[in-house]
Amino acid sequence: MATMNELYQGIIIEHDRSPRNFRTLDAPTHSGEGRNPLCGDEMSLQLVVDAEGVITDVGFQGRGCAVSKASSSMMTAAIKGKTVAEATELFDQFHALLTGKDADRTALGKLVAFEGLGAYPMRVKCATMGWHVLKDVVGHKS
Amino acid sequence: MLRSLDYAGSPSEPASLGMTGLREQFPILSATSRGKPLVYLDSAATTQKPQVVIDAERDFYTGWNANIHRGVYEYSERATVAYDGTRATAARFLGGVDADEIVFVRGTTEAINLVAQSFFRPRIATAGATVLVTEMEHHANIVPWQLAGATLVPIPVTDAGELDMEAATRLLAARPAMLAVMHVSNALGTINPIAELCAMARTHGVPVLIDGAQAVGHFAVDLPALGADFYCFSGHKLFGPTGTGVLWGRREHLAMMPPYQGGGDMIDLVRFEGSSFARPPERFEAGTPNIAGVIGLNAAMQWVMAQDTRAWERHDRELLELGRHLLGEIPGLRFIARPADAVGVLTFAMDGAHPHDIASILDGEGICIRAGHHCAQPLHVRFGVPSSARASFGPYTTEAEVRALATGLQKVRELFG
Repeated sequence: MATMNELYQGIIIEHDRSPRNFRTLDAPTHSGEGRNPLCGDEMSLQLVVDAEGVITDVGFQGRGCAVSKASSSMMTAAIKGKTVAEATELFDQFHALLTGKDADRTALGKLVAFEGLGAYPMRVKCATMGWHVLKDVVGHKS
Repeated sequence: MLRSLDYAGSPSEPASLGMTGLREQFPILSATSRGKPLVYLDSAATTQKPQVVIDAERDFYTGWNANIHRGVYEYSERATVAYDGTRATAARFLGGVDADEIVFVRGTTEAINLVAQSFFRPRIATAGATVLVTEMEHHANIVPWQLAGATLVPIPVTDAGELDMEAATRLLAARPAMLAVMHVSNALGTINPIAELCAMARTHGVPVLIDGAQAVGHFAVDLPALGADFYCFSGHKLFGPTGTGVLWGRREHLAMMPPYQGGGDMIDLVRFEGSSFARPPERFEAGTPNIAGVIGLNAAMQWVMAQDTRAWERHDRELLELGRHLLGEIPGLRFIARPADAVGVLTFAMDGAHPHDIASILDGEGICIRAGHHCAQPLHVRFGVPSSARASFGPYTTEAEVRALATGLQKVRELFG
């Protein structure tokens, strides 16, 4: 299992430096914000969901640690092109991965790289912050 | 001269900035974390415990555990004497106040809530609702006043992380109902000019509560010289157990204050038509208290009083200067503030590296620091940062540990480029 420093040296620093979909959308169908009161981190997420329920575009903005930023970045890349139902199912798998439960590793794809974070429970909420905002956002239209 | 890093042992060879024989009294300090020697730099969050404190609690539970008051048998009597006897230790520890002015609480937070509800709130009608606080206060010295109906007015903090005393003078002259101020800042380490503030408050007839949580573990507190109305601290920041604390209040204040919580032990007479209450301090101690904890706290205060706290202060100051120097050389690191009169606290931010990432990288090296707002959100707003990283020292902290922190932060710098 990767140590925290190996996690940083791998995906985290890379996505922290060049986060994917780190932008504001012009015409989102869904938007929302999340905050971690423990660290003061903030994040906003916007989606464009079409009539078939497919997430056709996604953008996020925010201020947070490298773990939350990298995880949010990879989340946006993973959910683009998926339906809302598939995306929320992916969160369940991601959560299972980080809490040491059986997870569908094929479905998770690149997100498996976060597995080592499960050994650091205090940082799991950093990695799931974006996903929690996603779950909240798909519940309300903008 | 630089020394090689040696954490785990060699009690016969203290580091150049070390307290001889002190570290060995703390069993946890020879432990490892993440497979590395533990470098504990989070004493502002909680201090480690010397063996005498651990022994005191263990001995009580293994040898003579019983509830206090009302039991006439030997063990209950012994527990009662030990519990109530700790008031005399606390009174001595605080520089010589009266033992019956000592109220045991769960910690500083409960002490402030108690004063806010039982002293401040009943006086709003006559004294007004304004409570003067400072921009550097811990949430524990902000929220309890708000819950009690206060309108808070903060004394500003300067760029150096010190109180703006001109503003304090002006704001005290407006005669707020109360001044509530921390002795030492948990977030910046600033030692506030408490005696001066108390003297000013006194001329305007403003009662003062001092949050001493961060002071008692660093230097001796002399309450008669300070001139406050209430002073409180937590046992766990004084090498004692969690869930213990002391509120000292002037006898005349405690005497007129209504109970904070109701229950056993705080009563005089209980009838369905109504009840009457015990005298202070018992009036404020409803229910079975943390007996074992108070016995541990007694051991902690006795232990501190047997130490050379003047030497602690010099050691703390030397480590602070070393830390400021070493960290100051790291590119992209900036201190939130550098107060002139301070205890061993280094609070900083690094370009491109979030405090939680800094703390996680250091954690991988066995180095424990804190990241976040340190329960001082308004102070972080004042300095325009959402959060910060904080390393804080205890008397057992060594020069080698401060150097290990600097080395760890160099790694963070390399990682985040």
